[in-house]
Order: sequence, then structure tokens, then C-alpha cells
Amino acid sequence: MKLSGWGAYPRIETELAAPRDEAELAEFLVRGDAVARGNGRAYGDAAIGRRRTLSTRHFAHMLDFDAERGWLTADSGVLLSDVISAFLPRGWFPLVTPGTKYVTLGGMVASDVHGKNHHKDGSFQTCVEWFDLMTPDGRVQRCSRTENSELFFWTFGAMGMTGVVLRVCMRLLPVETGWIRQKSIVAGNLAEAIRVFEDNLDATYSVAWIDCVAKGADLGRSIIMLGEHATIGQIPPDDRHRPLHLPVRGKLSVPFTPPAFCLNRYTLRAFNALYFRMGARKAAKQGGVSLEHWDSYFYPLDSILGWNRIYGRRGFLQYQCVIPLAQAEAGMSELMEATAEAGAGSFLAVLKRFGAQESRISFPMEGYTLALDFPASERNLALIGRLEDIAIAHGGRFYLAKDAHLTAARFRASEPRAEDFARTHRQFHPMMGSALSDRIGL
Amino acid sequence: MTKPPVLILGARSDMALAAAHAFAAKGHPLQLAARDAARLDAARQDLELRHRVSVTLHDFDVLDLASHAAFLDSLPGLPGVVICAVGAMGDQTESEQDPDLAVAVMRTNYEGPAHVLGLIANRFLARGNGTIVGISSVAGLRGRATNYVYGSAKAGFTAWLSGLRNRLARHGIHVVTVLPGFVATRMTEGMDLPPRLTAQPDEVAQAIVSAVERGRNVIYVRPIWRLIMAIICAIPETMFKRMKL
Repeated sequence: MKLSGWGAYPRIETELAAPRDEAELAEFLVRGDAVARGNGRAYGDAAIGRRRTLSTRHFAHMLDFDAERGWLTADSGVLLSDVISAFLPRGWFPLVTPGTKYVTLGGMVASDVHGKNHHKDGSFQTCVEWFDLMTPDGRVQRCSRTENSELFFWTFGAMGMTGVVLRVCMRLLPVETGWIRQKSIVAGNLAEAIRVFEDNLDATYSVAWIDCVAKGADLGRSIIMLGEHATIGQIPPDDRHRPLHLPVRGKLSVPFTPPAFCLNRYTLRAFNALYFRMGARKAAKQGGVSLEHWDSYFYPLDSILGWNRIYGRRGFLQYQCVIPLAQAEAGMSELMEATAEAGAGSFLAVLKRFGAQESRISFPMEGYTLALDFPASERNLALIGRLEDIAIAHGGRFYLAKDAHLTAARFRASEPRAEDFARTHRQFHPMMGSALSDRIGL
Repeated sequence: MTKPPVLILGARSDMALAAAHAFAAKGHPLQLAARDAARLDAARQDLELRHRVSVTLHDFDVLDLASHAAFLDSLPGLPGVVICAVGAMGDQTESEQDPDLAVAVMRTNYEGPAHVLGLIANRFLARGNGTIVGISSVAGLRGRATNYVYGSAKAGFTAWLSGLRNRLARHGIHVVTVLPGFVATRMTEGMDLPPRLTAQPDEVAQAIVSAVERGRNVIYVRPIWRLIMAIICAIPETMFKRMKL
């Protein structure tokens, strides 16, 4: 069957299996050329196996919760949304969460996801105590910082190439409420936005939405949103008796795939201008401080089921790079100029400061990350190639969970660690294979 | 307010487990019954962790009719809701060759479920309330060459549920008949089912919860099945017998 990632581009032929238990999984795995697939939220082709794709949806039990330490042990196919539904009412929230809650724990390990608090808390690996990994020989190994530590560290960000994660023990964060105290700040251009980030490194959460259509003096104008978990005293008195009982918000859905012409430079320009104005108005009220429901703060797009369809049948591509701190401003402004020049601005342009992080092959490093999305078209594919070259020229690298475009040559140019990985890959796990790993030579 | 316990018969099936999650999420304690119930321990732990409800496991063999009364006595209490998800499709061709296999399919899908639910119905009657949910099948609405052994047993079960509903309605006991259509479960794994007609186990579970809460009688999970079956049942027999279905 043909499978695609969340971006619906590309669509690739593979054989999809959903093993019921470890023995069945091992049978598939030892035949090689496979990769695990969680909930299919990687945008590109990371979770499409070279020949076989192994769904982890039958590995979905929660196994244990240590309420003293906030340690949850669960199968790799458990969704983050289920973790939140089960544990937020008990006063726990994920320490690191990506921008959607519909990811599996196994996918979070393989992609080593990051959140709006990366500058403070690092990537997902920070809160993983251990995981059990089935390597392609069918053996199950417990991996932690002290046990099989090489395998532990290489698995984060390796996009499933070390094997299939079976179980994860993760640390949750104690919270008093399900509310986020948000402060919105307007930045008139890129330099200002970066200054706001640098001045607010002590904020727990920070992220900027950028108007990527704006040019010239307005280039990089943005709304920066800082956030802290609200304490009981900070929420309205009426809500204080049930501070944690905040179920997932009601859902809209995109009922059909609209034709591609609905999304053009005029609607994009209008959307970006409107969004900026709304953000600016919010920033002007009450010193820019507001209380946000956890679901709309962390997962604004999750409330529109099937939002990926707005880009039409051909699908869309995400582009996310990180550029090291010293070159960030120059690199980002080149990226934004190229995007605005092409008139191909995206709905969701996000800028974020990353903190320093040690990793073997994970995406984040200290600097700035920019995420853009584009409908799949010849012009945009060419643009993405240009954006990749700009990032590489500034010492940047790419988030493979979103990638659908990088070539092997560009991957090597962006990732000096790739050779080390290839060496380790051959040693640990010669048999895994995905459309992504084939394309970029991971 | 404590919610009444839900007993699930044939609890290992994908639909049954989905129903277990749906009722546990609403705060109902669970009694999970299946053969070799200890193998449901991971599911029990998962349900308790996620939903903070109590879950007990019980050995239950639908074909061992003599054990049913003792099985019910062994439960921690008479449940408020019982869901019968027991069923086995069998292999039609094998059933044709070997009538004994056909009888096993009939007993599993009709005789056994009707026996245990009959005992439960009488206990509900004595207490004066309760809800019985039987998962039957659209296959029981008209016999087709490809699965009429299974279909005939489900037809019997559907008629039995309908009669039970008729008998107990005036006594405050509600009976729900579920005709799910295609569902993506272990039973249908590997079959080439049309996605638009195929429900996920979670959808069936949500439909059951809402049917129990709203007191609905006969539910199809995806509404399209009501139409499909109306058409299939309307085809004149002279034509139907020549069709390949």
C-alpha cells in the first residue's frame, strides 16, 4: 500500500504490518528493511519502511506510574494525548512536548522531539530515564544513561534506525493547574525578535510566530509568546476548585480537501497580516498577559482535525532548520528574505531559541530554529533547496522528523556527525531502513 | 456518584477492549471475563492506570454452559451493564465440510451467549434494573453463501436479543443490539475491507456507550450499513440466490 507522513508528501509504496506482540514484531524485524511507525505524525517519509513498515499501535499499554517521582512507564505506541488525559488531572504534565499531542512515545524518542522550553529543559531525552529497544536481530535491550548507554544516546534522533522502541520510562513535570500564563510581545523585525528571546532566557516557554510575508524594514516582524505554568493563585477564583480538570477542547475538522488554488499568495498575505494584527492587539491588553488553556497553548493546531488537508491533495512540506547562535541573525534574515522574495510565505512560520544540548545525532543545538511549511509544488521544492543551502552555509542542520526533501549530499554537508552515525549504524543495526534513510543516506 | 460496574464477556477481543476503555473513561469499574483471563493482566493494569477504576479479571468459557451460574456467583457483584462481545467467525468452507465445526460456530455465537445472558437477565429482573448489550452482526440479517453458518448463529442471537428486549422492556431492563458492520479487528485482519465501510473498534465502543446512555435499541455503527442492509434484504430471493455475495 501507499503510505505518507502527515504532510501527505511523498506517498511511497510499502507493506504495512501491525504486529500484536514482541514475538511477532521480532519475526518482521529480522527480515530487515523495516522501520517502526507510531501515529504517522512525522511530516515526510521518516516512518515509511524501505520494504516493511511496522505499526506500533498494538503496543499501547500504560504499565506503571511512580506517583512519588512522576515516572511513567508505558509502551511505545501510547499517545502523548492519552498521557495528558490520564495524568494532568493528577497534577502532571509532559516535561517536553512537541507541537502536537498526537504523537507516540516511541516517535518522540526516535525524533528526540523538542518543545517551547528547549532553551531551559533540552529535548525529550532529558526526561527519558530508560527505554527498551528491540534491535534488528530481535533482541530486546534495556537502554539508559548507565546501561547500554551508547545505544541509548544514539537512538535519540536516529529516526528509528537503531531498532524499535518498545517501552519508555519518562519523567513528568508536576503542575498546579492546567493553565499557562502567557505574555505576548510584539517585535517589529527580526533583530528585535532575537533581542526579546535573549532578554527572556529565564522564561520557561518561548516561541515566536513570524509574519513571513513581510519584507524590507518589517522583515521578521513577529509575536513572541512567553509562557509559565500558572499557579493556583494566578487563575480566576471560579476555576480554583478544579484547577487541573481541563479536558481537551472541542474539535473542528477539515471535512474535505479543498482545491489547491484556495491557498495563494493573496490569502496567505491576508492571513499573515490578520494574525499579526490580532497578536499585536493581544499584546497591547493587560501588559500582554493572558491565561491560556494548556491545549490551545501547546497544541493550537490539534483542535482542527485533519488540518494537513488544507494544502490540497498534493500535500505540503515542512522545512525546519537550526542555525548556531553566532550566525543566527544573519542566517535567519537570509532565509526570510528568500521566502518573502519567492512570495511563498507559510501559515505557520515559527521561530524559537534553542539552548545548548549534548547529543549524538539529535537535531537541536544552541541557536535559533525556524519552521516553515509550503504546499508541495515544483516552485516550492526549488525554494526549499535554496533554503537548505542557506542554512548549510551558516552551519545549520535540519529536523528529520519534518524533512521530505533533503538530499544525501546536503545531509552530509549539514551533519558532520553523519559519518560517525554511519559507522555506529553498521555496527549496531545494519538492517533497518526507511524511505528517509535511503534518501539522505542516514 | 459511583457508576455501576460493567461486565464484559469475551473481553480479549479488540471491540471488547475498546469498550472497556470507553466505559472506564466514564468512571465505570470493570469486570473482564474471558478464557484464560490472567492473560488480560497488562490490559487490566493499563485500564486502572489510565482511568483509576477498579478492574477485575474472571475466567469464563462461553461453551461450558454448566459453569455459567457459578461464574456469575463469583463476580464481585452483579454488574449494572453487561456487554457480550463473544463471537468467532469460524471458516465457512471448513464448516461446510465438517458439520461439527459448524455447530461449534453456532454454539459460540448463539447458544453460549444466549445461555449466559439468559441467566443474567433473570438476575437483572430480580433486582429490577440493568442493561444488556449484545454484539451481533449484519451477517445475521440475510444468509449469504460466504458466511451463512456464522450468519445464522448471529441471526438467532439477534432474534433472541429482540425477544428479550420485548420481554424486559416493561421491567426497566434495557437490551441493546449492536450490528457493527465491518470493524478493523483481529478477526478481520488481512481482509481487504473498504475503509469507508470499516469502523475502528473505538467507534464501536463510543456507539455502545452512547446507546447505553440514551437507551437505544438497535444500533449500526456506521449509518451507511443501515442502507446497505436494507438494500441487501430487499433483493428478491430469485435474484439473490444467483448472486455472489
